[in-house]
Formats: sequence, structure tokens, C-alpha cells
Amino acid sequence: VNALNAVLQGVLLGGYYAMIACGLSFMVGVMKVINLAHGSLAILAAFALYFLAEHLGINPFLALAGVLPLMGLIGFLLQKAILERSARAGSLVPILATFGLAIVLDNALFEMFGANTRSLANYIGALSFDSWALTDDLYVGKLAVLIFVAAIALLGGLQLFLTRTQPGRMIRATAEDPDTAELVGVDSRMVNALAAAIALATVGLAGMFMGMRATFDPYAGPLQLIFAFEAAVIGGAGSLWGTIVGGIVLGAAQTLGAQIHPQGFLIAGHAVFLLVLFGRTVLPQGGLRLLAAMMTGGRL
Amino acid sequence: VSTTRAYSVSRWTSASVATAVLAGVLLLVLAVAPGLFPANVVDRLTALFIYVILAGMWNALSGYGGLVSIGQQAFFGLGGYFAIRLSEWGVSAYPALFAAAALAGVVAFAMSFFVLLLRAGEFAVGMWVVAELLRLLVNLDNLIQGDTGRSLIALAAYGMELRRNLTYWLALASMTVLLGTVFVLLRSRVGGAIQAIRDNEEAAISVGVRVIGAKRIIFVLAAVGCAMAGALWLATSTTFQPRSFFGIQWTAYMIFMVLVGGLGRFEGPILGAIIFFFIETWFGAAGVWYLIGLGATALAFALFLPRGIWGFIEDRFQIHLLPVGYRLHLRAAASQEAGGEDMGHDNRAGGSR
Repeated sequence: VNALNAVLQGVLLGGYYAMIACGLSFMVGVMKVINLAHGSLAILAAFALYFLAEHLGINPFLALAGVLPLMGLIGFLLQKAILERSARAGSLVPILATFGLAIVLDNALFEMFGANTRSLANYIGALSFDSWALTDDLYVGKLAVLIFVAAIALLGGLQLFLTRTQPGRMIRATAEDPDTAELVGVDSRMVNALAAAIALATVGLAGMFMGMRATFDPYAGPLQLIFAFEAAVIGGAGSLWGTIVGGIVLGAAQTLGAQIHPQGFLIAGHAVFLLVLFGRTVLPQGGLRLLAAMMTGGRL
Repeated sequence: VSTTRAYSVSRWTSASVATAVLAGVLLLVLAVAPGLFPANVVDRLTALFIYVILAGMWNALSGYGGLVSIGQQAFFGLGGYFAIRLSEWGVSAYPALFAAAALAGVVAFAMSFFVLLLRAGEFAVGMWVVAELLRLLVNLDNLIQGDTGRSLIALAAYGMELRRNLTYWLALASMTVLLGTVFVLLRSRVGGAIQAIRDNEEAAISVGVRVIGAKRIIFVLAAVGCAMAGALWLATSTTFQPRSFFGIQWTAYMIFMVLVGGLGRFEGPILGAIIFFFIETWFGAAGVWYLIGLGATALAFALFLPRGIWGFIEDRFQIHLLPVGYRLHLRAAASQEAGGEDMGHDNRAGGSR
């Protein structure tokens, strides 16, 4: 039952990872850029919600109405002022630029809020600890289920947006080939800025749930970035639904690892990530297909 | 057919010969410095040499090899850890520092068969995950006592004065040998291959460059250098703590030094390390604001001066003090006043491709 419970909690944790990974994956898919400030921006959103709840008494879910557009604006500016400009000097320079930005953000948050760990759990009432009993030994937290459902809804919404709406199609065209998209009248720079705004809005949402389910401090950003990156890569970077698979695999590995050893949570997560990466790059294509065929019951 | 060609190719200029001579003299002066300078200056200079090593290694890896890594702290930490481990097994303190760097090189060699297959961005963050995993695994070693850390007790056998001077000379010698190796390597056939890969990997493959082999050499060299820096840092600070030795700040410092000094230029990281050294000396006490300043400066350079200060000087004044490329002098009618075109790959744009 312990192992089963660990897997169950891990799967639910995977919902959060999918949520924080999807913005990162989205930006890799559209702009071919890894934003190393991704985790720090999630922490920024969490601190913004914390500030509004603590000092103005605004419920975090309500405050989201203001914080999400703000994160979108930050995304727009990030693309316009930093990513677009630094990409001109070479495809890897944006990585260095966003790394610098992450250092600025983390330390600025420390300067403003100090070293104390915070949480949004105090501002959402019983939701933070209520749970449903599945059997006598198995419980699932209401918040964990809410996060998982929200992650599915977010990914589904993004999928619908990308396939059914005009701006969504423009984003996909730009991701495919920005020059050709320009030829048919798409302003690819504007589309990239829109994509960055959407990605950062998802980061804001992920930041809120992160703050509700756990504690955070100004230097928590880099670890969130690593989790997001791991989930995105395990699920196949650039693929939206892949992030839910990646998140679940990562979450389950971590909770199972924690059963084995106190430090097993992080070690197992990193190890599974490296194994998947290893398998994808080192195993020949045929081996992978065979593996996939075995797992799906013979369908190639 | 005329036997006089319309061009000539040279590598050394009078300026670069003068630089090489000056560098030699400077190294000799630095070698006798412990007898001349007060103890705290000797300590600070040791730190400077370690910074130069770190910047030089990150530049070799990213500026020349095109391998941007956010996880070089993996090898810095391994250097410190292996030194402690080997010392515990009975290797005497100073030889243990070298052995630790060599051992980290072996780990890097084994690792390279996997990590070098990753694509650019995946390699960058993948190395970070590798560093985190290594930190957690090192933490499992009871010898280290978790985050409390462990001292290189064997160093206490040496007197304070002798220890300071030995560490200083070791850092100076390591810096000279490691940067010298990078210099010689970049000017060799392999160096040409490495720079060709950086400029355009597909084109390099098409002319027969063995991409993985060339990258592996630079990856292992950078790992050995960072591990040596970590082992030396242990010798100056004496206590190994996984959290600080495997900390991301080491890579942040490397990126700062190389971006500010000049990515993909041999002189760049040396200049960057000296600048970082003075900034740290003057503003290090400012704590959080110092770190904000470092991050903001790195960001500003990435945005507005991606070739760094040395890249700017080089483009502006056509100075090459330590050339790793070639210069082409045209003798045709329109002979160039400015001293010819530079044909080396060393003054390409600051970006890696």
C-alpha cells in the first residue's frame, strides 16, 4: 500500500510538474529558446500573490485575475527586450541572458522579502489540507486533485487555442518556419511575443499552485526550473501533452525514491530524467521503437 | 607564372610577440612574489589564478567548443570531493589535489559518451542536472557529513606560511599549464577543427572533421581544469561543503567573467577574471546587491556587447595579442593599409555559432 500510495501521490504531483513544464516546453517549441529564468518567474508570481494576500487580504484565486495579465505583460517584455535581442548574437546567447536575469530576480526577491520561507496555504482555508478517502489507507488531497485537473484543463485549453483559433494557427506556423510564416503575412516577431506572454501566464498559474501546495523562498526558482525542464524533456520537449506524461513519470519517480531514502526524492527524479535522456540519445531508433511497441502491446 | 604570391600568411605580429615576452616576464615576477608581498596579497592572488582557470576553461568549452554548460560546478565540486576522498585513503595532501583533477577527468571522459550527444540547450541544462545529482550522491558519502562538510586535515601538517606559498605556486603553475594547453590546442589541427565546429557544425562534418572526438578533447580538458580549480579552492579554504562546492554560483562567475571579458577570444577570460577579481574585492561585501549587479551586468553584456570588452577592443583596433588564428596580408594593387584581413576563426561573432 505504501508503494501504491507513493505512486498515487507522485501522479498527482505530476500534474503540478506538467503545469510548470508546459510554458517552458511551449517556448522551446515556438521560439527554440530555453528560458533559464522560468523558475524564478514562477517564484515571482507566488510572491506577488503572497504580498496581495498578506497585506491586502485578497484571496489568491481572486488575485490571479490581476497577476496573470501582469505575468503575460512580463512575458511580452521578456521576448521583446531580452530574448529577441540576445538571439541576434547567436542561438545560445539567450540562455546566458536569461541566466543573468534569473540571478537578478532571485536576489531582488531576497532583498524585498528576506530569507523566510512563505506559503499561500494559509490563505485558501481548508482546501490546503482537506482530502478524500479512496480506501481505508489511501487518501488524495483535494488541492492535489484540483492542481491535476487544472493542469489537464490548461493543456487542453492550450491545445484548443493552438488548433482552433487564428492566433493559435499563427503561432504554430511561426514555430514551424518563421520566414515562410512571414511570407503569408504573419508578423512572426509579434507572434513570438504573444507566445511568450501566454507561456508566462501559465508560469503565473503554476507559481500560484506551487505556493499553495508547498513553501517557497526567494532562491527556490532554480529547482523549479530544473523540475520543469526534466518534465518537459521526459515528455518530449515541444510537445504539450508530453509534459503531462513527463510530469507524472518525474513525480512518481520522486515519491517512490523518497520511500527508499531521505534524499531519494531528488536523486530518483534526476536519475530518471538522465536515463530517459540517455535512452533517447544513445539507443538506436530501432531499439526505441521496439520498446514503444512492447509498451503499447505490439502496435507499431 | 610569377613565383611571388599575391598574399602572405602570418600568425605572430610584433604586438603578439611583445605580449608573449611580457607574459613570460610577468609569470617570472609572480613566481617570486610570495617573498615580496604580504600574506593577504598572496592569498588574493591565489584566488585570482583560480578565477582565471575557471574563466579560461568555460571559454574553451563554450566560446571555442560551442558547448554552453550551466553545470561546470559539477567538476569544481568533484575536484574538491576527490581531494578529500584520496587524502582520506592515504594520498598526501598536495599530490591528492592533482590526482583529484585527473580523476575528475576520467569521470568527464566516461560522461562525454552520453552528454556530448545532447543538443545545445539540452546539454546546457542537462549538465546542471548532472551537477545536482553528483552533489546529492557526494552527500551520501558519510565521510562528508552532509552539509556540515569535511576539512582537508592533511594540510595541517604543513606550516601556515609554507601552505600559503605552496598553494600559491600550485595555482600559478596550474593556471599557466592549463591556459598554455588551451593555447597550444587551439593552434593545432584539433583547434582548427574545434573552431570549425563552433562556426558551423554541419559544414565542419562535410569537410571531414571528427566532431565528437574534437568536442570530447575540449570537454575533458575543461573538466580537468575546473576540477583543479576546485581542488585548489579546497586548499585555500580547507573545508569542503557540497552545497558551496557544487553551487551554481561557480558557473555564474564563469559566465560573468567570459561574457564581460569576451566569449571566444583567448584574451577575453583573462581580462574578465581580472575585472571580476576587482569587482569582488570592492563590492563583494555588498552581499545581495553585489549579486544583483553581477547578474545585471552579465545580462547587459549578453544584450548589448555579446563579444565582451576584449571583442570590442579587437574589432575596433585590430589588436591580437595572443593569436590563435592566422592573418592574411594581400600584396595586390589595393594592398590593405590596416594590416590585412584576419583569416582566423578567432574573431568571429561572440555567439557560439
